[in-house]
Amino acid sequence: MTTRIVELRQGILKKNDELARELRGRFTAAGVLVLNLVSSPGTGKTAFLERTLRELRENGARVAALVGDLETDNDARRLAASGAPVRQINTHGICHLEAEMVSRHLEGWELADLDYLFIENVGNLVCPSSYDLGERIRVALLSVTEGEDKPLKYPTLFNSADAAVITKIDIAAAVDFDRALALQSIDAIRPGIRVFETSSRTGAGMAEWLDYLRQQRAAQK
Amino acid sequence: MHELSLVASIVDAVTESVSAYPGARVKEVRLRVGALAAVIEESLQFCYGIATEDTPLQGSALIVTVVPVGGHCPSCARDVEIASLQSFRCPLCCGPVENVRQGRELEIESIEIEDAEETVQS
Ligand SMILES: Nc1nc2c(ncn2[C@@H]2O[C@H](COP(=O)(O)OP(=O)(O)OP(=O)(O)O)[C@@H](O)[C@H]2O)c(=O)[nH]1
Ligand SMILES: [Mg+2]
Ligand SMILES: [Zn+2]
Repeated sequence: MTTRIVELRQGILKKNDELARELRGRFTAAGVLVLNLVSSPGTGKTAFLERTLRELRENGARVAALVGDLETDNDARRLAASGAPVRQINTHGICHLEAEMVSRHLEGWELADLDYLFIENVGNLVCPSSYDLGERIRVALLSVTEGEDKPLKYPTLFNSADAAVITKIDIAAAVDFDRALALQSIDAIRPGIRVFETSSRTGAGMAEWLDYLRQQRAAQK
Repeated sequence: MHELSLVASIVDAVTESVSAYPGARVKEVRLRVGALAAVIEESLQFCYGIATEDTPLQGSALIVTVVPVGGHCPSCARDVEIASLQSFRCPLCCGPVENVRQGRELEIESIEIEDAEETVQS
Protein backbone atom coordinates (compact mmCIF):
# COMPACT_ATOMS: atom_id res chain seq x y z
CA MET A 1 0.00 0.00 0.00
CA THR A 2 1.46 3.35 -0.98
CA THR A 3 0.72 6.70 0.50
CA ARG A 4 1.45 9.95 -1.19
CA ILE A 5 1.19 13.63 -0.44
CA VAL A 6 -0.71 15.73 -2.94
CA GLU A 7 -0.03 19.46 -2.75
CA LEU A 8 -3.22 21.44 -3.26
CA ARG A 9 -2.50 24.99 -2.07
CA GLN A 10 -6.06 25.91 -2.78
CA GLY A 11 -8.23 28.44 -1.04
CA ILE A 12 -11.13 26.78 0.75
CA LEU A 13 -13.36 29.58 -0.52
CA LYS A 14 -11.80 29.57 -3.97
CA LYS A 15 -15.15 29.36 -5.75
CA ASN A 16 -16.55 32.30 -3.80
CA ASP A 17 -13.39 34.35 -4.27
CA GLU A 18 -13.35 33.76 -8.02
CA LEU A 19 -16.99 34.70 -8.42
CA ALA A 20 -16.53 37.78 -6.22
CA ARG A 21 -13.63 38.93 -8.39
CA GLU A 22 -15.77 38.49 -11.47
CA LEU A 23 -18.61 40.46 -9.86
CA ARG A 24 -16.25 43.26 -8.87
CA GLY A 25 -15.13 43.50 -12.49
CA ARG A 26 -18.74 43.75 -13.65
CA PHE A 27 -19.58 46.40 -11.03
CA THR A 28 -16.57 48.54 -11.91
CA ALA A 29 -17.25 48.26 -15.63
CA ALA A 30 -20.87 49.29 -15.05
CA GLY A 31 -19.81 52.25 -12.88
CA VAL A 32 -21.89 51.18 -9.90
CA LEU A 33 -20.43 51.60 -6.40
CA VAL A 34 -21.20 48.49 -4.37
CA LEU A 35 -21.22 48.42 -0.57
CA ASN A 36 -21.56 45.45 1.78
CA LEU A 37 -23.08 46.36 5.17
CA VAL A 38 -22.20 44.12 8.07
CA SER A 39 -23.12 44.23 11.76
CA SER A 40 -24.70 42.33 14.63
CA PRO A 41 -28.43 41.65 14.40
CA GLY A 42 -30.38 44.78 15.26
CA THR A 43 -27.59 47.35 14.92
CA GLY A 44 -29.75 49.35 12.53
CA LYS A 45 -28.55 48.32 9.07
CA THR A 46 -32.02 48.41 7.54
CA ALA A 47 -32.93 51.72 9.20
CA PHE A 48 -29.63 53.23 8.02
CA LEU A 49 -30.20 51.93 4.50
CA GLU A 50 -33.80 53.16 4.41
CA ARG A 51 -32.55 56.64 5.12
CA THR A 52 -29.56 56.35 2.77
CA LEU A 53 -31.69 55.13 -0.13
CA ARG A 54 -34.27 57.83 0.43
CA GLU A 55 -31.77 60.68 0.67
CA LEU A 56 -29.74 59.49 -2.30
CA ARG A 57 -32.89 59.23 -4.41
CA GLU A 58 -33.93 62.73 -3.38
CA ASN A 59 -30.59 63.85 -4.75
CA GLY A 60 -31.27 62.15 -8.05
CA ALA A 61 -29.01 59.12 -7.61
CA ARG A 62 -30.02 55.72 -9.00
CA VAL A 63 -29.87 53.19 -6.18
CA ALA A 64 -30.80 49.59 -5.49
CA ALA A 65 -30.41 47.15 -2.62
CA LEU A 66 -30.09 43.46 -1.91
CA VAL A 67 -30.90 42.36 1.58
CA GLY A 68 -29.95 39.10 3.23
CA ASP A 69 -32.11 37.55 5.90
CA LEU A 70 -32.37 34.05 7.29
CA GLU A 71 -36.11 33.66 6.66
CA THR A 72 -38.23 36.81 6.35
CA ASP A 73 -38.72 39.51 3.74
CA ASN A 74 -39.49 42.22 6.30
CA ASP A 75 -36.32 44.20 5.63
CA ALA A 76 -36.86 44.13 1.86
CA ARG A 77 -40.37 45.48 2.31
CA ARG A 78 -39.08 48.29 4.54
CA LEU A 79 -36.38 49.21 2.03
CA ALA A 80 -38.72 49.01 -0.97
CA ALA A 81 -40.79 51.79 0.60
CA SER A 82 -38.01 54.15 -0.49
CA GLY A 83 -39.07 53.48 -4.09
CA ALA A 84 -35.74 51.88 -4.96
CA PRO A 85 -35.55 48.42 -6.52
CA VAL A 86 -34.93 45.93 -3.71
CA ARG A 87 -34.53 42.18 -3.64
CA GLN A 88 -34.55 39.86 -0.68
CA ILE A 89 -32.03 37.05 -0.39
CA ASN A 90 -33.28 34.37 1.98
CA THR A 91 -30.34 32.30 3.07
CA HIS A 92 -32.46 29.64 4.83
CA GLY A 93 -30.22 29.11 7.80
CA ILE A 94 -26.90 30.18 6.29
CA CYS A 95 -25.50 32.91 8.50
CA HIS A 96 -23.86 35.04 5.79
CA LEU A 97 -24.24 36.04 2.15
CA GLU A 98 -22.08 34.45 -0.52
CA ALA A 99 -21.07 35.81 -3.92
CA GLU A 100 -23.21 33.22 -5.68
CA MET A 101 -26.35 34.46 -3.89
CA VAL A 102 -25.57 38.03 -4.90
CA SER A 103 -24.89 37.03 -8.48
CA ARG A 104 -28.13 35.06 -8.72
CA HIS A 105 -30.23 37.91 -7.32
CA LEU A 106 -28.81 40.46 -9.73
CA GLU A 107 -30.28 38.68 -12.73
CA GLY A 108 -32.40 40.99 -14.82
CA TRP A 109 -30.97 44.18 -13.31
CA GLU A 110 -29.10 46.49 -15.66
CA LEU A 111 -26.08 47.40 -13.54
CA ALA A 112 -25.10 50.28 -15.81
CA ASP A 113 -28.39 51.96 -14.85
CA LEU A 114 -27.31 52.13 -11.19
CA ASP A 115 -25.05 54.54 -9.32
CA TYR A 116 -25.09 52.68 -6.01
CA LEU A 117 -25.91 49.13 -4.98
CA PHE A 118 -26.15 48.34 -1.28
CA ILE A 119 -25.99 44.82 0.08
CA GLU A 120 -27.29 44.33 3.62
CA ASN A 121 -25.62 41.21 4.95
CA VAL A 122 -27.18 38.82 7.45
CA GLY A 123 -26.86 40.20 10.99
CA ASN A 124 -23.70 38.42 12.17
CA LEU A 125 -20.23 39.69 13.10
CA VAL A 126 -18.27 36.54 12.36
CA CYS A 127 -19.15 34.64 9.23
CA PRO A 128 -19.71 37.46 6.69
CA SER A 129 -16.11 38.58 7.11
CA SER A 130 -14.77 35.58 5.17
CA TYR A 131 -17.05 36.00 2.17
CA ASP A 132 -16.12 38.55 -0.46
CA LEU A 133 -19.25 39.64 -2.32
CA GLY A 134 -17.42 41.68 -4.94
CA GLU A 135 -18.10 44.89 -3.05
CA ARG A 136 -15.85 47.94 -3.33
CA ILE A 137 -16.54 49.05 0.24
CA ARG A 138 -17.25 46.97 3.30
CA VAL A 139 -19.05 48.93 5.99
CA ALA A 140 -19.03 47.68 9.59
CA LEU A 141 -21.82 49.11 11.74
CA LEU A 142 -21.91 49.33 15.50
CA SER A 143 -24.74 50.76 17.59
CA VAL A 144 -24.33 52.79 20.76
CA THR A 145 -26.18 50.10 22.71
CA GLU A 146 -23.99 47.11 21.96
CA GLY A 147 -20.78 47.90 23.83
CA GLU A 148 -17.87 50.14 22.89
CA ASP A 149 -15.48 47.20 22.74
CA LYS A 150 -17.33 45.33 19.96
CA PRO A 151 -14.45 45.90 17.50
CA LEU A 152 -12.01 44.32 19.96
CA LYS A 153 -14.25 41.28 20.26
CA TYR A 154 -14.66 40.92 16.49
CA PRO A 155 -11.32 42.06 15.07
CA THR A 156 -11.65 39.97 11.93
CA LEU A 157 -14.70 41.83 10.77
CA PHE A 158 -13.65 45.31 11.83
CA ASN A 159 -10.17 44.89 10.38
CA SER A 160 -11.63 43.96 7.01
CA ALA A 161 -13.91 47.03 6.92
CA ASP A 162 -13.28 50.08 4.76
CA ALA A 163 -15.58 52.34 6.76
CA ALA A 164 -17.32 52.17 10.12
CA VAL A 165 -20.70 53.58 11.09
CA ILE A 166 -21.82 54.16 14.66
CA THR A 167 -25.62 54.01 14.67
CA LYS A 168 -28.37 55.24 17.00
CA ILE A 169 -26.38 58.21 18.34
CA ASP A 170 -29.71 59.86 19.18
CA ILE A 171 -29.88 57.59 22.22
CA ALA A 172 -26.17 57.75 23.12
CA ALA A 173 -26.68 59.76 26.30
CA ALA A 174 -29.49 57.52 27.55
CA VAL A 175 -27.26 54.43 27.35
CA ASP A 176 -24.09 56.13 28.68
CA PHE A 177 -22.29 55.57 25.41
CA ASP A 178 -18.56 56.25 25.80
CA ARG A 179 -17.75 57.81 22.43
CA ALA A 180 -13.99 58.14 23.01
CA LEU A 181 -13.73 54.50 24.01
CA ALA A 182 -15.68 53.34 20.94
CA LEU A 183 -13.50 55.40 18.59
CA GLN A 184 -10.41 54.11 20.34
CA SER A 185 -11.41 50.48 19.91
CA ILE A 186 -12.25 50.97 16.23
CA ASP A 187 -8.88 52.65 15.75
CA ALA A 188 -7.05 49.83 17.53
CA ILE A 189 -8.41 47.28 15.07
CA ARG A 190 -8.46 49.38 11.92
CA PRO A 191 -6.21 52.40 12.38
CA GLY A 192 -7.16 55.39 10.28
CA ILE A 193 -10.54 54.10 9.07
CA ARG A 194 -13.31 56.66 8.36
CA VAL A 195 -15.97 56.60 11.10
CA PHE A 196 -19.45 58.06 10.68
CA GLU A 197 -21.60 58.79 13.72
CA THR A 198 -25.20 58.63 12.63
CA SER A 199 -28.82 58.44 13.64
CA SER A 200 -31.37 57.06 11.24
CA ARG A 201 -34.00 58.68 13.41
CA THR A 202 -32.73 62.29 13.45
CA GLY A 203 -30.58 62.16 10.31
CA ALA A 204 -27.45 63.18 12.20
CA GLY A 205 -24.25 62.34 10.36
CA MET A 206 -26.05 61.50 7.11
CA ALA A 207 -24.63 64.48 5.20
CA GLU A 208 -21.03 63.34 5.82
CA TRP A 209 -21.96 59.79 4.89
CA LEU A 210 -23.57 60.84 1.61
CA ASP A 211 -20.54 63.01 0.78
CA TYR A 212 -18.31 60.01 1.39
CA LEU A 213 -20.44 57.89 -0.95
CA ARG A 214 -20.19 60.50 -3.71
CA GLN A 215 -16.43 60.75 -3.29
CA GLN A 216 -16.00 57.00 -3.37
CA ARG A 217 -18.13 56.69 -6.47
CA ALA A 218 -16.15 59.41 -8.23
CA ALA A 219 -12.88 57.75 -7.16
CA GLN A 220 -13.93 54.39 -8.59
CA LYS A 221 -14.19 55.70 -12.14
CA MET B 1 -21.19 28.85 12.54
CA HIS B 2 -19.64 29.02 9.11
CA GLU B 3 -17.30 26.16 10.02
CA LEU B 4 -19.85 23.77 8.57
CA SER B 5 -19.88 25.60 5.21
CA LEU B 6 -16.09 25.68 5.26
CA VAL B 7 -15.90 21.96 5.91
CA ALA B 8 -18.38 21.32 3.10
CA SER B 9 -16.10 23.27 0.74
CA ILE B 10 -13.09 21.26 1.95
CA VAL B 11 -14.91 17.98 1.32
CA ASP B 12 -15.87 19.11 -2.20
CA ALA B 13 -12.36 20.28 -3.08
CA VAL B 14 -10.64 17.19 -1.70
CA THR B 15 -13.16 14.80 -3.24
CA GLU B 16 -12.52 16.46 -6.58
CA SER B 17 -8.74 16.11 -6.22
CA VAL B 18 -8.80 12.46 -5.20
CA SER B 19 -11.08 11.54 -8.07
CA ALA B 20 -7.84 11.37 -10.05
CA TYR B 21 -6.85 8.41 -7.86
CA PRO B 22 -9.73 5.93 -8.05
CA GLY B 23 -10.40 4.06 -4.83
CA ALA B 24 -7.85 6.07 -2.91
CA ARG B 25 -8.49 6.80 0.75
CA VAL B 26 -7.68 10.16 2.29
CA LYS B 27 -5.58 9.82 5.44
CA GLU B 28 -4.84 13.42 6.23
CA VAL B 29 -5.90 16.91 5.18
CA ARG B 30 -3.60 19.79 6.05
CA LEU B 31 -4.98 23.30 6.33
CA ARG B 32 -3.39 26.69 6.76
CA VAL B 33 -5.73 28.94 8.70
CA GLY B 34 -4.98 32.58 9.46
CA ALA B 35 -5.20 33.78 13.05
CA LEU B 36 -7.60 36.41 11.72
CA ALA B 37 -9.77 33.98 9.77
CA ALA B 38 -12.35 33.78 12.57
CA VAL B 39 -12.31 30.01 12.57
CA ILE B 40 -12.59 28.01 15.74
CA GLU B 41 -10.55 24.86 15.34
CA GLU B 42 -12.65 22.87 17.79
CA SER B 43 -15.80 23.48 15.85
CA LEU B 44 -13.98 22.87 12.57
CA GLN B 45 -12.87 19.46 13.86
CA PHE B 46 -16.35 18.68 15.10
CA CYS B 47 -17.98 19.55 11.77
CA TYR B 48 -15.25 17.69 9.92
CA GLY B 49 -16.09 14.41 11.62
CA ILE B 50 -19.71 14.72 10.58
CA ALA B 51 -19.30 16.13 7.09
CA THR B 52 -16.73 13.57 5.97
CA GLU B 53 -18.93 10.56 6.71
CA ASP B 54 -19.56 8.46 3.61
CA THR B 55 -17.04 10.47 1.59
CA PRO B 56 -13.49 9.56 0.53
CA LEU B 57 -12.39 11.70 3.49
CA GLN B 58 -14.07 9.54 6.10
CA GLY B 59 -11.78 8.76 9.01
CA SER B 60 -9.08 11.16 7.88
CA ALA B 61 -7.26 13.54 10.19
CA LEU B 62 -7.59 17.27 9.85
CA ILE B 63 -4.38 19.07 10.69
CA VAL B 64 -4.55 22.82 11.15
CA THR B 65 -1.56 25.14 11.05
CA VAL B 66 -2.27 28.66 12.26
CA VAL B 67 -0.71 31.49 10.26
CA PRO B 68 0.12 34.63 12.28
CA VAL B 69 -1.21 38.01 11.24
CA GLY B 70 1.02 40.30 9.23
CA GLY B 71 0.78 43.42 7.14
CA HIS B 72 2.72 46.36 5.84
CA CYS B 73 3.96 49.32 7.83
CA PRO B 74 4.31 52.28 5.48
CA SER B 75 6.45 54.33 7.87
CA CYS B 76 8.96 51.54 8.42
CA ALA B 77 8.56 50.51 4.78
CA ARG B 78 8.56 46.84 5.71
CA ASP B 79 6.26 43.94 6.41
CA VAL B 80 5.61 43.34 10.08
CA GLU B 81 3.91 40.69 12.16
CA ILE B 82 1.13 41.57 14.57
CA ALA B 83 1.29 39.78 17.88
CA SER B 84 -2.11 40.74 19.26
CA LEU B 85 -5.47 40.85 17.57
CA GLN B 86 -6.31 43.78 19.82
CA SER B 87 -3.97 46.27 18.19
CA PHE B 88 -3.16 46.55 14.50
CA ARG B 89 -0.23 48.83 14.98
CA CYS B 90 3.37 48.32 14.03
CA PRO B 91 5.45 46.67 16.79
CA LEU B 92 8.39 48.88 15.81
CA CYS B 93 6.92 52.37 15.37
CA CYS B 94 3.29 52.04 16.54
CA GLY B 95 2.09 53.35 13.19
CA PRO B 96 -1.00 51.86 11.53
CA VAL B 97 -0.45 48.58 9.74
CA GLU B 98 -2.02 48.42 6.31
CA ASN B 99 -2.80 45.64 3.90
CA VAL B 100 -3.31 42.96 6.48
CA ARG B 101 -3.26 39.99 4.13
CA GLN B 102 -1.28 37.41 6.02
CA GLY B 103 -3.49 35.95 8.71
CA ARG B 104 -6.68 35.63 6.67
CA GLU B 105 -5.71 32.33 5.02
CA LEU B 106 -8.24 29.56 4.60
CA GLU B 107 -6.22 27.20 2.52
CA ILE B 108 -5.94 23.48 1.89
CA GLU B 109 -2.21 22.98 1.82
CA SER B 110 -1.96 19.31 0.99
CA ILE B 111 -3.60 15.93 1.41
CA GLU B 112 -2.14 12.56 2.15
CA ILE B 113 -3.77 9.69 0.34
CA GLU B 114 -3.42 5.96 0.44
CA ASP B 115 -3.74 4.18 -2.86
CA ALA B 116 -6.34 1.46 -3.15
CA GLU B 117 -4.35 -1.14 -5.01
CA GLU B 118 -4.77 -4.31 -3.01
CA THR B 119 -2.99 -5.94 -5.86
CA VAL B 120 -1.75 -9.42 -5.41
CA GLN B 121 1.79 -9.20 -6.46
CA SER B 122 3.32 -12.07 -8.20
N1 LIG C 1 -33.23 55.24 18.43
C1 LIG C 1 -32.87 54.67 17.30
N2 LIG C 1 -33.29 53.43 17.00
C2 LIG C 1 -32.89 52.88 15.84
C3 LIG C 1 -32.04 53.55 14.92
N3 LIG C 1 -31.80 52.73 13.88
C4 LIG C 1 -32.47 51.59 14.12
N4 LIG C 1 -33.15 51.67 15.29
C5 LIG C 1 -34.01 50.63 15.88
O1 LIG C 1 -33.23 49.45 16.10
C6 LIG C 1 -33.98 48.28 15.79
C7 LIG C 1 -33.28 47.43 14.76
O2 LIG C 1 -33.13 48.17 13.57
P1 LIG C 1 -32.95 47.48 12.15
O3 LIG C 1 -32.71 48.56 11.16
O4 LIG C 1 -34.04 46.53 11.87
O5 LIG C 1 -31.61 46.64 12.42
P2 LIG C 1 -30.84 45.61 11.45
O6 LIG C 1 -29.39 45.78 11.72
O7 LIG C 1 -31.28 45.80 10.05
O8 LIG C 1 -31.33 44.22 12.03
P3 LIG C 1 -31.18 42.74 11.33
O9 LIG C 1 -31.46 42.91 9.87
O10 LIG C 1 -32.19 41.92 12.04
O11 LIG C 1 -29.79 42.29 11.61
C8 LIG C 1 -35.34 48.78 15.33
O12 LIG C 1 -36.22 48.74 16.40
C9 LIG C 1 -35.07 50.20 14.90
O13 LIG C 1 -36.19 51.05 15.01
C10 LIG C 1 -31.62 54.89 15.27
O14 LIG C 1 -30.87 55.56 14.55
N5 LIG C 1 -32.05 55.38 16.46
MG1 LIG D 1 -32.03 44.41 8.71
ZN1 LIG E 1 6.38 50.73 11.66
